[in-house]
Amino acid sequence: MDKNINITLKVWRQKGPKEKGAFETYQLKDISQGSSFLEMLDILNEQLVNDGKDPVVFDHDCREGICGMCSLYIDGHPHGPDSSITTCQLHMRKFNDGATITVEPWRSAGFPVVRDLMVDRYAYDKIIQAGGFVSVNTGGVPDANAIPIPKKDADLAMDAAACIGCGACAAACKNGSAMLFVSAKVSQLALLPQGRAEAARRAKAMVAKMDELGFGNCTNTRACEAECPKDVSISNIARLNREFVKAKLQD
Amino acid sequence: MWLLNSSIGKKLIMSISGIFLILFLLFHMSMNVTAIFSEEAYNWICAFLGSNWYAVAGTLVLAAGVVIHILYSIMLTLQNRKARGNDRYAVNTRPKNVEWASQNMFVLGLVVIGFMVLHFAQFWYKMMFAELMGHHAVDLGGTMVSTTAGAEFIKYYFSQPLIAVLYLVWYVALWFHLTHGFWSAIQTIGWSNAIWLKRWQVISNILATVICLGFAFVTIVFFLKACL
Amino acid sequence: MTQINSKIPKGPLAEKWTNYKAHQKLVNPANKRRLDIIVVGTGLAGASAAASLAEMGFNVLNFCIQDSPRRAHSIAAQGGINAAKNYQNDGDSVYRLFYDTIKGGDYRAREANVHRLAEVSNSIIDQCVAQGVPFAREYGGLLDNRSFGGAQVSRTFYARGQTGQQLLLGAYSALSRQVGLNKVKMYKRYEMVDVVVVDGRARGIIARNLITGKLERFAAHAVVIATGGYVNTFFLSTNAMASNGSAAWQCYKKGAYFANPCMVQIHPTCIPVHGEFQSKLTLMSESLRNDGRIWVPKKKEDAEAIRAGKLKPTQINEEARDYYLERRYPAFGNLVPRDVASRAAKERCDAGYGVGAGQAVYLDFAEAINRLGKDVVEARYGNLFQMYEKIVDDNPYETPMMIYPALHYSMGGIWVDYELMTSIPGLFAIGEANFSDHGANRLGASALMQGLADGYFVLPYTIQNYLADQIQVPRFSTDLPEFEEAEKHIKERVDHLMSINGKRSVDSLHKELGHIMWDHVGMARNAEGLKEAIDMLKKLKKEFWSNVRIPGKAGDLNVELEKALRLADFIEIGELMAHDSLDRAESCGGHFREEYQTPEGEALRRDDEFSYVSCWEYQGEDKAPVMLKEPLDYEFIVRQQRNYKN
Repeated sequence: MDKNINITLKVWRQKGPKEKGAFETYQLKDISQGSSFLEMLDILNEQLVNDGKDPVVFDHDCREGICGMCSLYIDGHPHGPDSSITTCQLHMRKFNDGATITVEPWRSAGFPVVRDLMVDRYAYDKIIQAGGFVSVNTGGVPDANAIPIPKKDADLAMDAAACIGCGACAAACKNGSAMLFVSAKVSQLALLPQGRAEAARRAKAMVAKMDELGFGNCTNTRACEAECPKDVSISNIARLNREFVKAKLQD
Repeated sequence: MWLLNSSIGKKLIMSISGIFLILFLLFHMSMNVTAIFSEEAYNWICAFLGSNWYAVAGTLVLAAGVVIHILYSIMLTLQNRKARGNDRYAVNTRPKNVEWASQNMFVLGLVVIGFMVLHFAQFWYKMMFAELMGHHAVDLGGTMVSTTAGAEFIKYYFSQPLIAVLYLVWYVALWFHLTHGFWSAIQTIGWSNAIWLKRWQVISNILATVICLGFAFVTIVFFLKACL
Repeated sequence: MTQINSKIPKGPLAEKWTNYKAHQKLVNPANKRRLDIIVVGTGLAGASAAASLAEMGFNVLNFCIQDSPRRAHSIAAQGGINAAKNYQNDGDSVYRLFYDTIKGGDYRAREANVHRLAEVSNSIIDQCVAQGVPFAREYGGLLDNRSFGGAQVSRTFYARGQTGQQLLLGAYSALSRQVGLNKVKMYKRYEMVDVVVVDGRARGIIARNLITGKLERFAAHAVVIATGGYVNTFFLSTNAMASNGSAAWQCYKKGAYFANPCMVQIHPTCIPVHGEFQSKLTLMSESLRNDGRIWVPKKKEDAEAIRAGKLKPTQINEEARDYYLERRYPAFGNLVPRDVASRAAKERCDAGYGVGAGQAVYLDFAEAINRLGKDVVEARYGNLFQMYEKIVDDNPYETPMMIYPALHYSMGGIWVDYELMTSIPGLFAIGEANFSDHGANRLGASALMQGLADGYFVLPYTIQNYLADQIQVPRFSTDLPEFEEAEKHIKERVDHLMSINGKRSVDSLHKELGHIMWDHVGMARNAEGLKEAIDMLKKLKKEFWSNVRIPGKAGDLNVELEKALRLADFIEIGELMAHDSLDRAESCGGHFREEYQTPEGEALRRDDEFSYVSCWEYQGEDKAPVMLKEPLDYEFIVRQQRNYKN
């Protein structure tokens, strides 16, 4: 049964990307375990506003685990100490009375801190812009059922497409590598006949952009997969490697 | 050149050089095990791999493999550190499913190299290298031993408890390095999927265990032989 | 009085759109390059429009409130998207989709618009598949369908419980391609704060850079608003935290009509409210009603025992359960439209049969698990069950889910004509932001359809009919006095807010607004309550403008200021909703007036007096708005009392 708990929060505060940040400690009393982690932060912010202080800045939007906006590295885990969820789905029942909770922003060269816990993840958009699409214009496409797709392939593509682009993979990776993110998109489109036509071009372009943006190299530690809120598998990384090497060998 | 410029290309070089070194380790281990059954056969192999042109050529290729593997590991590790950003996490935990070895490959690699230097000083320097320098016998603990009499070297070093223990430590580090290294290499090449990933991990563990147990077996047997 | 011209083409219903396209004006490729279009919003409608317009050759400036266009709240749509493909051979057709949508909307939508929507629905599915959207498939490799509320055919295409996500990512990928090609300039973390009208035409916007806090000016030949709905007026809703009605409201204040503001949708299957700290409500997809059965106890004692925690739902046997939707609506059962299902749940709970804390009913899968096996149920709804379990800490495979209606969608919005143009020339509104296609109630899986129809297949045509006259117009300078004036106005507003320095946080005031709206302008409304609400909202507005507290600076990243700017508009939107609800003395779709119901408690429509779209025209600060009527003349179908019973 949910009860009320008292907690100590250690929150990273940082004015801007170039400025030095530090932890600040806050005490919160009588937090319902039925509240979500972000609702707990709302309560903290309400408290800070009432004290005339600047509230903690953090990204959040849909609060149902699908938009990928929320981040937060909580007690050593992206999206906190629970599996297969985003921070907005993390509930305070995962914490005990008297707990000290450390909240940090994503830390990766690819994701500079904007303010406090908010980071800039535009790098992921740039990778998609480099090739994470099928080049079709609106209109003039064949009937949706013109090309049958084996259910197995469609399901695997859907598994990969479940990625929400939150950045937890790069945040969890000791190498700051974005391979899980890139591989999910490359896999989704490589598995479908519609995306096959430009599979080689896509793999090369997206990897090149990823490298250019300064993300690290994958050493297959599997931390990304373990922390991914949508359980995207590293078998996608194997597929990306395959697609990339194949594409390069064909050149 | 994509192999040298792209992250996957560089990783591919790591993988292929790694697999090449694993194959060599398999060979080296098999050769060592021979020593337990027949010292003569072992010495014959040592002689065969002495200062002949093909053995020297092989050694050079091998050395190139090692150097490439090390150079790229340094290059990738530096890049990865940079990609991590300037601020480090205050609290860090290792999620389940993440092998300890996988996050410490570079350190394990350093340990392996460290011992390799020792090993080279003890064996290769006094065997192939000495031969290349024109010697046919070297001083080993006061007695002159032929540079091709590998079994004598084994017996001499592994009879010393400290050296035997150091070698065992080396194998342990190697074991960790290989359990991750092998499947990781296959994954990087792209020969993996959700099902094969698990299989490769099992194969990785078996391979690492066979290699390291083989080496350890030889070390222990010769240590015990010396004791008895 | 101003006449409302909805510009509906003449001719037979099924030929209107074809005829329109055949005769509309076009812009040639060389001229397209010289025209700029601002698209505000990157959801299904915004992203698909921005991508399609850029593909055609226009220069597009696209604004996004989040850090990436992929975050727009369309992403949270779960169940699916309708199309009249008839792949299931169950008798579906364009006409039937059109008819179901009109009927589902309680005969308060335009026939021509809805028919066009049904016509282009099939192209949407083709387009999405071509983009690589991984829709669910049968073993034969062809597309699968599921059923949704308000229809007797299976026409809903889906991608697990994440259809909105997959469709949005499809549109986002098309948009990203255009950004990569430099045809779309992407402004992320920008919020539109005003629309600029020059010589009676929309010529640009003022947007606030949310990182620097600076106000910036942008000019273009046309402005497209795709900023979604306004149900966050209620504080608690299924909308995302940043979803707001401000862009639409600024258009209204610049002269665009606001249509049918009272028509908001209350979704029947959401996780019930559990505390004052709650920040939003989570939707459980309507698709769950395909296999889940909704019930409350038959006996009041049982309901009381459950609320007291003395009884578990699984201990109540079949005979003691009241499957009230199946009982009241045998023909559609658990798949009645949303407004009907929501009101039925409220009726039971108000009568004392509610479970949980009293404001909840059960959605039970025991029968489905018996019939299909746990594996099948998991394959269909696994991610929704997981989501429920994470939030409520209860396992829905073992014990029934608890659900209750919650604010979900606004059918009302900026008034647009057949061309999706508002009453300000050059200003267009698409997707949920406009009022057009859903009448008084939207059917499940139709929002995705409408957003993409507008963005991919309607606006890219109709906007050309306007822009064809603009090819001689050179690019505008943002130094024009109109831009100056608009920016100055916003700056004063922001400075005023910052100077109040009162005692109450924005959220506390927003929660108060939510309570007023839910209690008086919610699922059941009456004249007395609405009048009371209008008074309370006036007081709240005063309280807000005299006692809100916003820390930090105006010219800086300031989340509290962002929220305050939105709340200021929400309060006014709430007021207009109350006025419109009061004015519409009938019950239809999502708008239910207690005074107007049938003896069985169903909505009582009054077609003779209220078959019109109410279009509100702004008259100035603290002046009552004027309502204009756009009559809804039904040429092709006969209005009936909606019947989901037999």
